[in-house]
Amino acid sequence: MAEKTLAGKTVEVNDEGYLLNRDDWDKDLAAEMAKEDGIELTDKHYEVLEYLREKEAAGESLTIRKVGKSGITDIKGLYQLFPGGPLKLSSKYAGIAKPASCV
Amino acid sequence: MKKLVILGAGTAGTMMANKLRGALDREEWSITIVDQFKTHYYQPGFLFIPFGIYNSHDVIKPKSDFIPTGVNMIYSAIDRVEAESNKVHLEGGKILNYDYLIIATGTKTFPDETPGLQDKLWHKEIFDFYTIEGACALQRFFKGWEGGKLVMAITELPYKCPVAPLEFVFLADAYFTQIGIRDKVDISYVTPMPGAFTKPVATKMLSELLAEKNITVIPDFYIERVDNDSKKLISYDEREVEFDVLTVVPVNMGDEMIERSGLGDDMNFVPTDKETLQSKKHENIFVLGDASNIPTSKAGSVAHFAAEILFENLMSAIEGRPLHAKFDGHANCYIETGFGKGALIDFNYDTEPLPGTFPLPGLGPFGLLENTKINHYGKVMFRWIYWHILLKGKELPVEPLMTMAGKKKVN
Ligand SMILES: Cc1cc2nc3c(=O)[nH]c(=O)nc-3n(C[C@H](O)[C@H](O)[C@H](O)COP(=O)(O)OP(=O)(O)OC[C@H]3O[C@@H](n4cnc5c(N)ncnc54)[C@H](O)[C@@H]3O)c2cc1C
Repeated sequence: MAEKTLAGKTVEVNDEGYLLNRDDWDKDLAAEMAKEDGIELTDKHYEVLEYLREKEAAGESLTIRKVGKSGITDIKGLYQLFPGGPLKLSSKYAGIAKPASCV
Repeated sequence: MKKLVILGAGTAGTMMANKLRGALDREEWSITIVDQFKTHYYQPGFLFIPFGIYNSHDVIKPKSDFIPTGVNMIYSAIDRVEAESNKVHLEGGKILNYDYLIIATGTKTFPDETPGLQDKLWHKEIFDFYTIEGACALQRFFKGWEGGKLVMAITELPYKCPVAPLEFVFLADAYFTQIGIRDKVDISYVTPMPGAFTKPVATKMLSELLAEKNITVIPDFYIERVDNDSKKLISYDEREVEFDVLTVVPVNMGDEMIERSGLGDDMNFVPTDKETLQSKKHENIFVLGDASNIPTSKAGSVAHFAAEILFENLMSAIEGRPLHAKFDGHANCYIETGFGKGALIDFNYDTEPLPGTFPLPGLGPFGLLENTKINHYGKVMFRWIYWHILLKGKELPVEPLMTMAGKKKVN
């Protein structure tokens, strides 16, 4: 656990950089987090982030397949938006917990 | 007469029919259970078929052997549930009314969700072992196979029995060693997860075991399609894995009946309260086993533990009392690791698998997160326990809720 200053705001993050409190989130903060990974957020990115926040708030479990069916983009598109780890990265920028796959 | 209807006579539905018939007054309650098939499959046994350890006759029995007298068994496909009016429509038009409904229709594999999977190589060089047909086809194939690249791949999460594909590669390692061609077989394990397993302590133990057995793990690989001509798996981020023989866990989803009933999420699993096991939408519907969306393993052991909680809560609901029993997601899985050994994990919603002994603290006899001979016997005995105790709804000497007794905390 650590504190971090992002877009002029001091927030608490875990050791992987995920926000501990989803209410700390705003768009500028997301942009700065993404920038650290070399990703420039576009409107499409934000649409995905808002979708994830909405679904998480509703208590739904998040999967790549689900986002792929959201109508915002398909799975291929999601990989292009968030190269390397579509769900890992998008949930980080969305200020929510890293989706734990159930074992 | 009040009516209780159970959909699905697999592991979960059969257990519930047995528990409830003993508890509900026969003059007052009718119990009906519906399933499309007459055969009960011991699914954990499918794992052993490809290696000739079991054959199909070891894993099948008539469903009717396990349905108690006083329960009305109907063999029919279920078309849909009309929850607003408490009705179940069977294929062919028959209608069942209910006061309470238990959904236990499980999960099944949908190979057609992955392009190229169910194509010209299907059950020739591409197999699943989650169906009896796939497991038997793979047994025939292995008998004549002389070696090459064997790839075990998981297409999507969640899938039932999360340890089964790991057990598959462990058993494959042992099998090819025993028939003397292990040096000609290259085994890899392709998963969309970041590692062999998701929970850190178990992942470490299992990764070490995989490395020891010379099995390559290819993590974070999310399969987009299978190319049958070049025999390659292709991921969404355009990585490729070549295979000579591919064994796959296809996409797992709930039955289409759930979708037709408008009762499921995007994977046809029924949104269920993870503590009370009541449907989130309908108070008189409960969900048991793989059909629910509760965040724990889809496994027979989970259905067994959850059945005790569901039973308590259903009785409370019938008597108009609050639902006081709370499920903790308890799962207990034996992991076959080959060469007559096995590992065991025990965990729940909040506690990851930890080392220690089970079920008796300090005594065991089973070792948690340890690779031992006695754990293998646990798995062997599980088949007997399944047919004779589990399905009949009898109690095992293990508590439904997980206990920390016997577990060691790990930092
Ligand atoms: C290879 C493999 C290995 C496994 N190993 C283990 C293990 O070691 N330990 C463990 O605990 N678990 C294991 N499992 C998982 C375990 O078998 C399942 O979790 C368990 O059977 C789930 O029970 P269920 O009643 O929810 O579903 P099922 O037992 O699958 O039953 C569902 C029933 O519903 C019926 N049904 C569905 N839809 C309809 C419809 N529309 N109309 C009529 N009938 C319908 C089906 O015919 C079926 O009989 C394994 C599974 C597999 C495939």
